[in-house]
Amino acid sequence: MMKQLSQRLLGPVTLVLLALTFWLGMWVTPPDKVQGDLVRLVYVHPAIAWVALYVSFGTATIASALYLWKRTRSMVMDRVAHCAMEVSVVFIILTLITGSIWGRPTWGVWWAWDARLTSTAILGVLAVGYLALRRANDDPTLRARRSAVFAILSAINVPIIHFSVLWWKTLHQGATVFTANRTLLIHGIMAWTLLISFVAFTLLFFWLLRARYRLEESRDRARSAALATSLDMRRREGAI
Amino acid sequence: MIRIAWLVALKDLRIEARSRVLLWQVLPFGAMALLLSGLALGPTHAGHSSAGPGLFYLVTLFVALLMINRSQAIERTPGTRASIATLGLDPAGVFLGKTLALAIELWVSGVVLLCGAVLVLHTALHGALLALPSILVTLGAMAAAGTLYGALTSGGEGAATLLPVLTLPAFAPLLISGERSFSAALNHGALWQWWVIVVVALVAYLGVGILLYGVLEES
Repeated sequence: MMKQLSQRLLGPVTLVLLALTFWLGMWVTPPDKVQGDLVRLVYVHPAIAWVALYVSFGTATIASALYLWKRTRSMVMDRVAHCAMEVSVVFIILTLITGSIWGRPTWGVWWAWDARLTSTAILGVLAVGYLALRRANDDPTLRARRSAVFAILSAINVPIIHFSVLWWKTLHQGATVFTANRTLLIHGIMAWTLLISFVAFTLLFFWLLRARYRLEESRDRARSAALATSLDMRRREGAI
Repeated sequence: MIRIAWLVALKDLRIEARSRVLLWQVLPFGAMALLLSGLALGPTHAGHSSAGPGLFYLVTLFVALLMINRSQAIERTPGTRASIATLGLDPAGVFLGKTLALAIELWVSGVVLLCGAVLVLHTALHGALLALPSILVTLGAMAAAGTLYGALTSGGEGAATLLPVLTLPAFAPLLISGERSFSAALNHGALWQWWVIVVVALVAYLGVGILLYGVLEES
C-alpha cells in the first residue's frame, strides 16, 4: 500500500519540486553581487551534475557490483544498471550543456581544456561506451557480465572528476556550497532553493529510472513471450 | 599463477614471432603514422621537439589499439576459447600472461617509435633516454588496460570498432601523464608526480584484471 502510494506520488512530487525550483530560482532569489542573473544557473547545473556523476553513475556501479557478486546476481540488477546508465548519459550531456551556457559569458568560451570539464566529457564517452558494449553482445548473461565489469572500471573516473578541482588548478571553481572546513557558503533563500533543486533532480532521476526499468522489463517479457511462441510453433510443426 | 602467466606469454609471443604481424604490419604502420604526423605539423614545426612527446604517444596509441586487437584475435578462431576453458587455467594467470606478451610487443614498438621520434621529429636523444623508463611503465599500464578491455569486447559484434570507444577514455590519463613525463625529461623538469599516476594506474589495472578477468572468461 505504502509502496504503491510512494510510486504514484513520485511523479507529481518531482514535478512540483521542479516547478518550485524554477519559480524560486527565476523570481524569488536575488541576483548575485558579482555574477548578476547568471547565478541562477547554480540552481540547475550543480544539481544536474550531482545526479549525473554520483546518483545515476553510482546506482549503475552499485547495481553492477551486486550483479557480479554471486549472492545477489540477478537480471534485476543488470536492468537497474543499464537503465541508470542510460539516464546518466542524459544527465552528463545536460551537465556539459548547462556548464557551457555558464562558461560562455563567464570565461568567454563555450569549452575550455579544464580538468573537470575534460574528465566529465570522458565520463560521458565511457557511459556511451557502456551502452555500445551492451548492443554488441546478444547473449544476455555475457552482456550483463561484461557491462558490469565495464561499469565498475568506468567508475574510477568519478573520484577523479570530484577531486580534479583540487588536484589541478584550472578554470573550474572549487566547492560551491561548502568550504574545506564544512562552512556553508550560500545562505538564506539561495541555500534553500539550491537544496530544493538537489532534491527535485534526485527525485527526477528515480522517476525516470522507474519508468525506464518498467519499459525494459516489458521488453524482456515480450522477448521471452515471442521466443516461447516460436518454440511452440516449431513443436507443433514437428508433431504434424 | 606465475607459471601459467609465463606459458600464456610464451604462447602469444611464439605466435607473434611466427606470424610477424608486428614486424611487417604494425611497425611500418607506426613509422608511417609518425611521418604523417610530422607532415601534418609542417617542416618548420616538426623539427621542434616540443611536439615530439605528444606525437610519439599518439602514434603509440594507434599501434597499441592494433596490438590489442591482434592479441584478442589469437583466441578468436572457433573452439580456441572453449579449449582454453576446458584446460582449467587460472584466469589471473591467463590475464598476466597476455598482459606480459602485449607489454613486450608494445615495448619493442615503443623503442622503435622513439628512435623514429629522435630521427624525424628531432627529439633530443638524451631526453628520450631519460624518458625511456617512464615510457616502458606507461606502455605496461596500457598493456594491462588493453588486455582487460580487449577481453570485454572480444567476440562481440563490431569488436574492432568498439575497442577504441571503450579503451581511449581509459588511456587518456596514461597518455597525459606519459606525455608530461616525456616533456619533463626533455626539459629537465620534475618527473615524479607523473610517475606516481602511471605506477598507480599500472597497479590498479593489474589488480582489477587479476580479480575480474575470470568473470569475463566464464561461459
